Amino acid sequence: MKRFLKSKRLALVVLVVLPIMVAWAEYGDVVINVRAKGEGMAPVIFPHWFHRVRFQCSVCHVDIGFKTRAGGSGITMDKISQGQYCGACHNGEIAWSAENCDFCHSGMPGLETGVEGGHKTAGPGYY
Amino acid sequence: MTRYSALKLLLLLGIATAIPASLAQDWKVLEEDELHDPSNPAVTILQDPEEALSVLAPDTAGNKVDWVEAVRQGQIEPRASLHGDVEGRKHDTDIVMRNTLDFPSVLFPHKAHNEWMSCEMCHESLFRSVREGNPITMAKILDGEYCGVCHGAVSFPLTECDRCHSVVDARPPAPSSGAVVPKE
Repeated sequence: MKRFLKSKRLALVVLVVLPIMVAWAEYGDVVINVRAKGEGMAPVIFPHWFHRVRFQCSVCHVDIGFKTRAGGSGITMDKISQGQYCGACHNGEIAWSAENCDFCHSGMPGLETGVEGGHKTAGPGYY
Repeated sequence: MTRYSALKLLLLLGIATAIPASLAQDWKVLEEDELHDPSNPAVTILQDPEEALSVLAPDTAGNKVDWVEAVRQGQIEPRASLHGDVEGRKHDTDIVMRNTLDFPSVLFPHKAHNEWMSCEMCHESLFRSVREGNPITMAKILDGEYCGVCHGAVSFPLTECDRCHSVVDARPPAPSSGAVVPKE
């Protein structure tokens, strides 16, 4: 292992291959594809950047109750229409209503649930 | 693997992820971000990151926005609650964590964090509010615990070592982390 670490081959892998693996999505974008794929819907793309321009972190993660783990909140469309999770805002009053399916279910088919640029991408979370 | 070689590998990984980030355009349009489905008509209606982020305080990592600075300059005023603003508790104590091997000590500013979130975001679930009560390690952070719940996912990424490891002083390290430095 030690010898491999020193080798030029590793440097090549690290500097050439890893950057190719890095997705170009916006940092902090969350893919949620827990139930959508089973329902024949496109995965949800949640843009953190858009929401944090408008709200502090604790509005969603403390007051509304979103977990800080992608796919960990148990969100369903039923709950959203009852005003929970996304539905706390996306109700036609604070933000556009959940009738606009495609606005959220906008991801390419087959995406895995996770945070882009986060712990389980090609970022430093793999060590 | 020795600790040294592990650190070196980590550093290489950091550099490898930082290089493409710095070479890339600052913000991709949604149609080309490899997440959004370009055939979805909504993608042309949704806001592109560049429109919102290019006017905010610049940064070199993450969203290429210095989010704390953007709030301090009044460029954005993210709401603290859904229905009318609430005046939450304010806390601005700096914490210095000195048990950092050969690295500079870590300065944790409560103020910058409190400007973005209420106390309950971290206490008492992620961090216990007692001195030396949090056995934080870089391994845990890189695995998404402690600071790594946000940093490396949403807040500035873990390639930015010196933003946290920012205190260089000659004092011998304390036996463990969490010494509280009162604000002047």
